[in-house]
This record gives sequence, C-alpha cells and structure tokens, in this order.
Amino acid sequence: MNESWADAGPAVAAHAVTKTYGNGVRAVRGVDLEVPSGEIRAVVGENGAGKSTLMKMFYGLEQPSSGEILIGGRPRVLRGPGSAIALGVGMVHQNLMLVPSFTVAQNVVLGVEPGQRGLVDSRAAVETTALLAEESGLAVDPKARVDEVSVGMRQRTEILKALHRRARVLILDEPTAVLTPQETEDLFAAVRRLRDGGMTVLFISHKLREVREISDKVSVMRAGSLVGTVATADATERSLAAMMVGRDLSLDVDRAPARPAEVTLRVRDLAYDAPTGQSLHGLGFDVAAGEIVGVAGIEGHGQSELAEVLAGLRRPTTGTVSVGGTDTAGLDVAGHRRAGIGYVPEDRLYNGAALDESIADNLVVDRHDRPPLARRGVLHPGAVRTHAERLIEEYAIRTPDPSVPVRALSGGNMQKVIVARELSAGPRLLIASQVTRGVDVGAMRFMYERLVAARDAGAAVLLISADLTELLALSDRLLVLKDGRLVGRFDDTAGLTEKRVGLYMLGVEHHDQEQLTAGLDDVEPDDVESDGVGPDGSGEASAV
Amino acid sequence: MNSVIDVVFSSAFLAAVLRVATPYLLAAFGGLVAERAGISNIALEGQMLSAACTGALVAGYSGSVAVGALCGVAVAVLLGLLLAALRLELGADAIIAGIGLNLLASGGTAYAVYSLLDDKGGTSGLKSGSLPTVTLPGIESIPVVGEVLSGQNMVTWLAFLAAPFVAWLFYRTRFGFRLRAVGEMPDAAASVGIPVRHVQYAGLALSGALAGLAGVFLSMGYVSFFVRDMTAGRGFIALAAVFLGGLRPWGVFLAALGFGAAEALAVQLGTMDVPPQLVSTIPYAMTLVALALYAWRRKRRGLTQETAASL
Repeated sequence: MNESWADAGPAVAAHAVTKTYGNGVRAVRGVDLEVPSGEIRAVVGENGAGKSTLMKMFYGLEQPSSGEILIGGRPRVLRGPGSAIALGVGMVHQNLMLVPSFTVAQNVVLGVEPGQRGLVDSRAAVETTALLAEESGLAVDPKARVDEVSVGMRQRTEILKALHRRARVLILDEPTAVLTPQETEDLFAAVRRLRDGGMTVLFISHKLREVREISDKVSVMRAGSLVGTVATADATERSLAAMMVGRDLSLDVDRAPARPAEVTLRVRDLAYDAPTGQSLHGLGFDVAAGEIVGVAGIEGHGQSELAEVLAGLRRPTTGTVSVGGTDTAGLDVAGHRRAGIGYVPEDRLYNGAALDESIADNLVVDRHDRPPLARRGVLHPGAVRTHAERLIEEYAIRTPDPSVPVRALSGGNMQKVIVARELSAGPRLLIASQVTRGVDVGAMRFMYERLVAARDAGAAVLLISADLTELLALSDRLLVLKDGRLVGRFDDTAGLTEKRVGLYMLGVEHHDQEQLTAGLDDVEPDDVESDGVGPDGSGEASAV
Repeated sequence: MNSVIDVVFSSAFLAAVLRVATPYLLAAFGGLVAERAGISNIALEGQMLSAACTGALVAGYSGSVAVGALCGVAVAVLLGLLLAALRLELGADAIIAGIGLNLLASGGTAYAVYSLLDDKGGTSGLKSGSLPTVTLPGIESIPVVGEVLSGQNMVTWLAFLAAPFVAWLFYRTRFGFRLRAVGEMPDAAASVGIPVRHVQYAGLALSGALAGLAGVFLSMGYVSFFVRDMTAGRGFIALAAVFLGGLRPWGVFLAALGFGAAEALAVQLGTMDVPPQLVSTIPYAMTLVALALYAWRRKRRGLTQETAASL
C-alpha cells in the first residue's frame, strides 16, 4: 500500500507551506517542518496557532495554498483523506470519527471491509481486529457496540483503524482530553510501543506536562508560524508556554487559602432520573461562600446532569437544593437566576451564547428587562452598548466592535463573553462547567484569575472540569462523581495527586458514607460541631 | 359485529391485505433506505404519484405495460436524484425540498393528464392495461394459502421480497454497510475515504425506485388507470411506518403491513352498515395512535434503561 515511500528522508515534512482561506485568513504561514521516522513529535500552540490546519494538510482534509507536503520522503498532492490513507497516514481526530451503532470491529474495517463480491465478512472483521489489538497492545472488545464502550476504548478503536490501514504516520489530535490519568498512561505506553515499531507519531496537545512526558521533540507554533523545534529533554513547561504565547507566562495560579463563610449551596439527597444520559443518585454536599469546590469524574458520569439540575435546566426527581436559603428545586430557570446563580455551560456553542447575535446583545440576555438597560419594557440601545464596552474592556475580549456576532470570535473570546456576563451579574453561586475547554493558554490563565477573584469576592464556585490539572490547581475542596454517585470527597487538595483522584474516578477506591457526608448539617445531626466554622470547614483533614 | 369478524378471517380479506399493503411496503422501504442514508425522503408521495401517472400514460400511448412501468420507476428515480442534488449540491433543507417535489408532482401530473387527454380527473379514457399477476404452479390447491396468494400482482410479490432484500442489503453488503455509516456519521465515513455524496445519491436513487414501484402498482396493478392525487397520503403513512418500524427492515415491514391491514379493513367495512366517513379515517387514526405509542414506548425505555457501564 505504501511501498512508494523513499528509503531515506523524513516520514512527513512540510516545505514552505502556507494556507490562506477563502476569507483571507492566513492560518499557516511558510511552515518548514520535518519529522523523521520513528519519532514522537509533539506539536503545541495556542488555539488558532495553525497546528490543526497543518495536520489537516498532512491528512488531505485541507490543501496548502502554496508550498509542498512530503510524505515518505516525496512531495505529494493529497486530494482527500483517501489519498493520505493510501500513503500510510492515519489520524485520530479530537472528536472521534466513529459510527456509534457499529461494533468496534465494524468501525475498524469501515472503508476497507473484508469480503468478496460486494459482501462484508463480519467474522473476518472481528478476527482482524482482535489480531491487531493483540499485536499492538490496544485492548478492545471487537464485538461491542462503540456507543456502549468507554471513551478510552473508542480512542483505541480509532488507532486500530489507522493501523488496519497500515499507517506509518499517526496523527493524534488532543488525544488525552477525554481520558483519565490511567487511560492516558495506557495510551502513552501503546504509543511508545508503536514508535519502537517504527511508527512516526504527531501528537497535538495543549497539556504541556503530557507533551513533556510522551514526546521526543516538540515543535511550537504561534500565529500560523513555526516558532521552533526543541528536544523535549531540553524544554520545561514554562519555556514551552513562553514560546507558545511569545512572552513569559506561568499557569500556576496564585491563590490565597480560601476563607469559606456561610453555606451558599446546600444539596441534600438529590436524585435525578435522566431519560437519556447519566442519572444522579443521593447526592449531598455543601459549597460555602468564598470557596471553590471542584467536581472530578470521567466524562459522562453525571457532571453535566448535576450542573444542569443546579442551574435549573433540569428538574431534580427528589431531594432539596437551596442557594443562599432559597429553595430552588421547584423554580424555573429565571427563578434560579433570581436566587443568584451564575452558570457557564459546558457547551458554549449550544447553550452558552446566541452565536448569530452581537456581543452586546449576548452580554445583556440575563438583565435586558430592567434598568438601566431598559425602562418600561423598552431597551435603551445606548445603555446596552455602554454596558458591552465596559465589559469588553474589563474582560479583555478581543473584538473590533460590540456589534460583532459572537460566532466570529475565537473560542477563548467567546468564552470570555459568557464568563463576563455571568460574573458581572455578581452571582452568589457560580457553576462553571469546562470553562477552559478549547481555549488557549492566555485565556485559560485569565479564566483562572477571574474564578479565584470571584471566590475572594465571596461567591461560592462549583467548578466542573475534565481537566484534573485545572481542578487541582483551582479547587479548595474536591468531589468525585462516578455513575452519578458521590464516591470521593477531599476537603484538602494540597498534596493531592492526579493519579490518586484517578483511582476514585475509576472506582478503584471510594470514600465511605461517613466521610462523604461529614459535617453536612441534617445528615448526621450529632456530628455537627458548633465551633463557628462552616459545616464543612476546609480545615478538616481528609483521612482515608 | 359477527359479520365483521367473518370478514376479517376470510381468505378474501387476507388477499386484500396483501394487495393493499403493497404500496405501503414498497414506499416504506424507499423511505427507510433514504433515512438510513441520512436524507429524509419526504417526497415519497410525489415520487409515487409521478410514477403512477407516467406509468399509465406511457403504457397507454406505447401499448407496452413493461415500458410504462419502467418509465414510471425511472421518473421516481430521477426525482430521488433531484432531491439528493437539492440537498447535497445546493444545501437545501431536505424536508422543504421534499414538500416542493410533492407539490410539483401533484400539479405536474394533473397538468400532464389534462393537456394530453383533456380530462381533469385521470386517465380512465386511456387503455393502459396492468402489470401481470403471478401464479405459482400448484399453489392454488393448498387451502386458504392458495386462495390468499394466487393471482396476486407481481409487484405484490416484489413488495414482500423487498423486506429480506433490504435487510440483506443493509447488513450483508458493502454498499449497505457504507450507507448506514454515511447516514449515521457522515464525518466518520468521509474520514476513512468513503465518497459520502456518491453513497447518498445511490441511496436516494434506490429510494426513488422503490417508491416508483409503489406508484406504478397503484395505477397499473391495483387499478389500470391514473386518477389525480390517487396516492392519497400513502407516501406519508409509509414514512410513519419507517419510524414506527424503528428504522429496521423487519420492523418497517410489520408497520407497513399493519397500515395495509387497516386500510383493507376500512375498505371492507365500507361495504357494511358503517358510516363511510368514519371508516375512511381508520388508516390515518391508526397512524396517529401508532406514532403516539411509539413515542411513549421510547420515552419509557429511555427512563428505565440503565446507561451502559463505561468501563
């Protein structure tokens, strides 16, 4: 299939490649990149730095406007993924490209099905998949439906798909975004094994720690250009981050110890029967004013449902939720807002913003019906604009004008609009779900600072994230969800490691009921201490 | 009441069910293929109507039933390709485009018949004949089965063979495998080099052919002439059968057969002492009840179903 590779030369290379889109945006500018066979090369950069576009050109999804793409040492014209696949390039996309109702084996063989005379030999597909899985050490169940297996197995399926097509170059686009630390380690082990077998791996990531762990060399992109390539051994997270943003930048969050005051969010025996997705069972916890409580868990274990129940988008089946003394369980969304809840939803494209409306309009959707923005039901355009200009300034939203539709903004700026709206309302409780998903390092740091500032101003913050590094950096206390149940509670996050939390996420370990409910007022009344500290003051140690 | 039961269990009624279910089955499989290819074919109704009209006209003028039937099916295939082109090349909404094609078919067939035959009602003035019936040797001697099956139109046989054919196509052939992948996850199919558009065009052409066969049966099997708007909503009921059948070949088969039985019952009851207006609502009322039932079941299943273990 790929015998047309030259004997010498790099496995993949770009020579003076430029990509200019129809609308004039130049995503990639004169990039020269060479990756030799058998190397794991990390490609890092902020959002919009051009790394995805470059990878799409290697995979034939985009064609360069000028310059050459070389695969296997020879210049190639890739008209589509088909020709890239034929040359031995495989790509695992960030949002996995699998057919949910098909089995693992069917997905692996899709497009190159075994069988004769137009028929598909399903048994051969299963055998091929099982054999490939064994050879590569990527464990999958060939006969399981893809929508019924874990995200980790889906990703292994994607890699097997590439291997089945005899890939010699594997492009992994943010592969660890959805994995637990343990699954990430397994993935890295498999990737190293593939590398030792001669595979060339291009590894795209935001997470510099992982880049340092897995790659041989790192290429850094900024604003469409290749800033440089360094040996991983010579790079630190800090030096890489500085290369990415062009100035010295640290992601360490300065935060003083929390000073939790009275309980703001009080959740007791909360259960929610989900028609689809994960149901919630018997959740009980508090979040006090002035603390950030993180919620960890493998994606799909009830975090989204919990956030939406608390924000009023779904109605709990049983249990009580109160915010600052107001019972919110029976209220509608507007009622939740009135009770002082701010909500940054996980999917900003879907329910965070009205994409086709202007920044100014998006910034007033929660307060357009009252002074100073409106009087007697009539909006004051001038006031709306002033309000927008103030927030654009305050939250450093990069835009030429408040009338620009939100859709035109980058991911980080879009998120800033939403965060600006939610935080400027001065919420008593802020529910922040995946705040930094898909935003660049600069915006990430900005979000972190804002969340800590909101906490210090006395807001209770419930932080839901798939990024454990982020949770550990920001949370004063940490809860772990599994299968819609609370399985872990750490009242002190100092010294807590990702690996340790990962064990709780996977269900290997769990805290007993006593520790999960310790200090909650009406669960075990005898245990409440009347020492003036909040019911679950952060001073309590988390003995396991 | 007894007379109703006698009717339902008579072999004549069962034979009628097969006959009446034929257009539902074929159109429903047409709808199923398109749905699984990822483009809702709401134009089934228009495709049937165009095929019925073209078939009767061509057969009448050429004197050949076979040529008429082929032309009828071909017109429906072209409409299927047109729908695919509107969706894929011009980015039109498949539902809106489908409604447009249905209106076009309704007006276009009436216009064609009027300008050719000077008749606003249909082609009853034209002698166009009907498609042959099939009689398996020896089958007539079997009691009941013989009476039910003998003398059924060849299209009825084809309609019943369509279920195993579509099941085989979906689950055994490479084309069906790719069609399902394209319909469910076009990006995934494209990323492994499957030509998504080609597959969708092929799916819509097949969908049109099946709907066309259903239409040809109406004007050249069920009766031997075309009547204006003779499909009477069968294309939409077939679409309901597609979803009621859970987008699976055998489920769709049962649903379409059920709708056929309901209509056959309505026809039989029409000869008895029951208000005809009430009787003629049976198929439509059954569609609503069935869809409500389907939605209710799905909701319940969603509530009770435990999400699969993730590890």
